[in-house]
Amino acid sequence: MHSFYNFVSGPLAWIAFLLFIGGSIFRIGRMLVLVAQKEPFIFTYMSWRYSFRSILHWIVPFATVNWRRQPVLTVVTFAFHLCLLAVPVFLLAHAVLWEDSFGIRWWSLPDTLADTLTVIVILGAVFFLVRRITRPEVRFVTSASDYVILAIVSAPFITGFLAYHQWFAYPLMMGLHVLAGDIMLAAIPFTRLSHMIFSPFTRAYMGSEFGKVRHARDW
Amino acid sequence: MAEPSKQEKTAVVDDGIDVGVSRLTEEKIQSVINSVIDNETGVRLKTYVETCIHCGLCSEACHYYLSHDKDPHYSPVGKVKQTIWEMIRKKGRVSPEFIRQAAIIAHTQCNLCKRCAQYCPFGIDIAYMMSIVRRIIHRLGVTPLYIQDTAHSHSVTMNQMWVKGDEWPDTLQWQEEEAQAEIPDLRIPLEKEGADIMYSVIAPEPKFQAQLLYQAAVIMHVAGVDWTMPASVGWDNSDMAMYTGDNEIMGRIKRAHFETAERLKVKKIVMGECGHAFRSVYDMGNRWLGWSMPPFTIVHAIEFYYDLIKAGRIQIARKFKPPVTLHDPCNVVRGAGLGEKARYVAHALCETVIEMYPNREHNYCCCAGGGVINTGPPFKMARVEGNRVKAEQLFETKTKGAEVLIAPCHNCHSGLEDIVHHYEIGLEIKFFSDIIYEVMEKPA
Repeated sequence: MHSFYNFVSGPLAWIAFLLFIGGSIFRIGRMLVLVAQKEPFIFTYMSWRYSFRSILHWIVPFATVNWRRQPVLTVVTFAFHLCLLAVPVFLLAHAVLWEDSFGIRWWSLPDTLADTLTVIVILGAVFFLVRRITRPEVRFVTSASDYVILAIVSAPFITGFLAYHQWFAYPLMMGLHVLAGDIMLAAIPFTRLSHMIFSPFTRAYMGSEFGKVRHARDW
Repeated sequence: MAEPSKQEKTAVVDDGIDVGVSRLTEEKIQSVINSVIDNETGVRLKTYVETCIHCGLCSEACHYYLSHDKDPHYSPVGKVKQTIWEMIRKKGRVSPEFIRQAAIIAHTQCNLCKRCAQYCPFGIDIAYMMSIVRRIIHRLGVTPLYIQDTAHSHSVTMNQMWVKGDEWPDTLQWQEEEAQAEIPDLRIPLEKEGADIMYSVIAPEPKFQAQLLYQAAVIMHVAGVDWTMPASVGWDNSDMAMYTGDNEIMGRIKRAHFETAERLKVKKIVMGECGHAFRSVYDMGNRWLGWSMPPFTIVHAIEFYYDLIKAGRIQIARKFKPPVTLHDPCNVVRGAGLGEKARYVAHALCETVIEMYPNREHNYCCCAGGGVINTGPPFKMARVEGNRVKAEQLFETKTKGAEVLIAPCHNCHSGLEDIVHHYEIGLEIKFFSDIIYEVMEKPA
């Protein structure tokens, strides 16, 4: 069991980080090259001001018409995504790892709070799953990959939660938790989890078109 | 909740689509789809397809979806799934029957109004993806007959309505004479080099709405505008080729339009109350020709009237009495931010303006634009029934007292006529110029 843990938190973690960071850089780089090769006009229309105007409206809960139209979804999706980012980075156990592995020290979350945030992520994933199955307009456009990426994202949190509370075989759960985290990191650039990377760009482009050319709000 | 797989089968017969599909082979379909995707698209399509998280949040943006009891086939992403996603996923290996359905979806179940772009958290441009589908349909020769005929007219006559070379100046002369009965020294100046303004219209105006030319001439005369119209081709600013994906013809007709303005050495182009033409001249055609923004200042009628009223160049004798409501056309409000100016004009002209909701950038589409009305009689009911939500919106506004509906766009105007008629809403539909002509001070 120790060797499994050492493998997933050692070499595999390195590979996962490499794939995440390298893959993200590669995908963004490839996107920019494609813009330059085939649609260089996009640069012409990009505007910092209107890009951030659009992004700011969409990253603030209830700041857009559609967020206001979907109050429950808005609360859930913002809570889900915030916790999803905060827990892996600021969990105390992770902060220790950050310091041990990379010598980086930063602020960390109290364990009980992190535990609550983890539950929020898991409940958020359940909400998305139920929504995907029950809402006709979502189910109609759902493919197997949508369930896969939901599983990839929720697995580290479910296993982390179980490991923290030591409800099942702790060493195994810990190993699975790290493995799930590795998989999620590595999957981000190569699945539709890449909306994490690309959505600021698509939003910025639409914001620029609406602001600069259309003189209209895109929210 | 509605079952996801319920969609009434369209038994529409359209010779453009049906004959086109009968000539298709799987090889041809595959080569055309891959050629368009490989050679004519780039990072936008790729990123949009790979970033879409399939959340369905665009659904409620679409009037077709709302009007069909939230049938997911009509949601923006649902239409993407049924067309371009499949084409990409199967690398172009789709059947002629699939292409038939794709042609119907892209041409008659989407107005390219871009309301969904305002509802997608990622700002994915679904209308652009529908345009790609139309481009593929065009290159496969499966475009619906009526709109294809319009594109042919653009190609042959450089106008939308098969208006022949002599009919154009003849119609202007006719309207000039008509107007001279009211204002004896009124002129419609043709080919006046160095005028401030070239006034351009869409071909339906000379073809069957000549009174709009009359009204425009009176407004120009009273306001003392230094204007002209070309006697040659280039007078028509409309562009259905833009909507059939026939970008080459779009380029030809926009070039003719801009070059005519250049030849006449005017300072700017003012256009009539048309939305799609504005989109073509201001946003699409210019880009095809390599101009990031149009080579001329383009002034839509709403802005032109706003300027004239604000500067006091036309005076209102008595405001229009019946309560009005204002429809925001997508191409000039979501497409150019003219919503506030339209309101200024409406309030300047009319005693009572009653807002419809939603409005401004969030207004519901007329369901005629994006070339949908131009697919003609076979699809008339598709757009009328596909916009029940508009009828409800209008009816609600009528219960608040509105009697007249101002629609400052030709397509909106015609599409809303059909909706008002079909749902028996009982609103009179007018252009701004109808009302201006009625209420302005004119020489005695």
